[in-house]
Amino acid sequence: MSVTYDVTRSSQAARIAAGLGAVILLLLIAAPWWAGRAELRLIGEICLFLSLASLWNLMAGYAGLVSVGQQAYVGFGGYMLFALTIFGGLHPLAAIALAGVLGALVSVPVAALIFRLRGAYFAIGTWVMAEVFRLSFAQVSALGGGSGTSLPTDIVRSLAEGRAAREALAYWLALAASVLVVASVYLFLRSRRGLALTAIRDNELAAASLGIDIWRTKFVVYVVTSALTAMVGALIFLQKLRISPDAAFSVNDWTAFVIFIVVIGGIGTIEGPIIGTLLFFALRETLADLGTTYLLVLGSVAIVVMLKAPKGVWGLIRSRFDLELFPLGFRVRRTDQKGA
Amino acid sequence: MAILQLASLSKSFGAVTVADALTYEVQQGQALGVIGPNGAGKTSMFNLITGTLAPDSGRVVFDGRDVTGLGAAARSRLGIARSFQVPQPFSHLTVFENAMVAATQAAGFWGREAEMLCLDVLERTGLMDKANRRAGGLTLLDRKRLELTRALCARPRLLLLDEIAGGLTEAECQSLVETIRDIHASGVSIIWIEHVVHALLAVVDRLVVIDYGRKIGEGDPRAVMASREVQEIYLGIEADA
Repeated sequence: MSVTYDVTRSSQAARIAAGLGAVILLLLIAAPWWAGRAELRLIGEICLFLSLASLWNLMAGYAGLVSVGQQAYVGFGGYMLFALTIFGGLHPLAAIALAGVLGALVSVPVAALIFRLRGAYFAIGTWVMAEVFRLSFAQVSALGGGSGTSLPTDIVRSLAEGRAAREALAYWLALAASVLVVASVYLFLRSRRGLALTAIRDNELAAASLGIDIWRTKFVVYVVTSALTAMVGALIFLQKLRISPDAAFSVNDWTAFVIFIVVIGGIGTIEGPIIGTLLFFALRETLADLGTTYLLVLGSVAIVVMLKAPKGVWGLIRSRFDLELFPLGFRVRRTDQKGA
Repeated sequence: MAILQLASLSKSFGAVTVADALTYEVQQGQALGVIGPNGAGKTSMFNLITGTLAPDSGRVVFDGRDVTGLGAAARSRLGIARSFQVPQPFSHLTVFENAMVAATQAAGFWGREAEMLCLDVLERTGLMDKANRRAGGLTLLDRKRLELTRALCARPRLLLLDEIAGGLTEAECQSLVETIRDIHASGVSIIWIEHVVHALLAVVDRLVVIDYGRKIGEGDPRAVMASREVQEIYLGIEADA
């Protein structure tokens, strides 16, 4: 009898979850045929918030970069969509892709600046940068200055013929964005550099002495996150068809709600933002008629979750059932073989 | 040929000097022991060698290349690995994943190759039955084993061990000495800081004594241990007595 070991990166639960996920994805792709206009809009919005939440979670939950200024890139992406289509004459889809590239470019000098700050100072720094973005775009009179502008109808028409087709396309783009973001985060965290990022989160001293370039790893995460956030921002304002500095760079909409989602869902897990997004929209849809009471309830929920389940709803589920739907780790299995 | 050369390396924090014109060499394949009283600057010397600390003056030359300007990560990728005196595990990762970090980031392997290396090292360091445990839940002894495991998974050419035998029972210490001897026999150069002198002497072929950041003795282990400077430090004999 000899003992050998092997290593696995999957699990039964993960395979079942993958199967279920595929079925749900197929249903969602078909949504324009079974859902009404309002529902389609809502699911699209859910997808976009899921994207923002997953990206913020990658930064804050894995890279330890707690930013309260991601609205800088949401707004930047939105404005790029308007600027590139109105003045650049680009097709909206090309403008969305280019908004991502420009988001990455603009995030490089921003990172060089704010990476000098740590912890709470970093958080405040990101917010200040977002305000700089907002005030800068409010100066551009060609884009409506402080009061904003609408996407011209000929550009909207260039997307697809007919309102239904346009709405379906906007919905599919939002769905594609969320699949792209969640899949990228998952594959990144399973990669060699993802393992490095997880190590940095646990112990920077040990990580550095094992060959991990901490600054560069965090920098890459920041730039990639910013690029994808800018693309999501462009998609958000493609749905809205109207942009203004206050809406584009709203800390409430694009950062506070996103932090709420990640924290109640479970920060530092891929599953957390998914659960958090569903909870957030369930609360919003049931409480929206209550006006400001709705925000009071959100705040209370956040406080209760932080006190009772600091690792969020998914943290609670995971510790009880030892469940991982997106397996990132490695498991060593013992395999006993008779004879040799 | 020297794998490591320290050339009058100095570092102070205000009035506290942790390295004072430190100069010595470690030959390829050599095992060098380092002793000295608490606070003599032994761990700081490791921080200077690995790049965790930048010296005020002097040079660190690894394998013929001046690495003084390189950070800890770059030096680790060149083949310098260390175990920390106070264990620094990745607490939320499992023992195996801790090992994988070293194998993938420092040694540069990925996939099956990295996994095989980690399994092999875990078997040698006796942590295999705890491979799937979270590192944060390990006992002190196992944390020290994990330090050694990670350092080995980095596939080092120079291994720095910082008081790895402290607090072990006699039997555990004996098996640790065996493990380190094996590592040494496989051609890895070693610098070992240790207060458990008999464990140290069982492995090293050269000894350096450090006090107040200065090298006050160097040479054959037994001769150095018998020397007047070491006797003064460890037994408190007055120099003029």
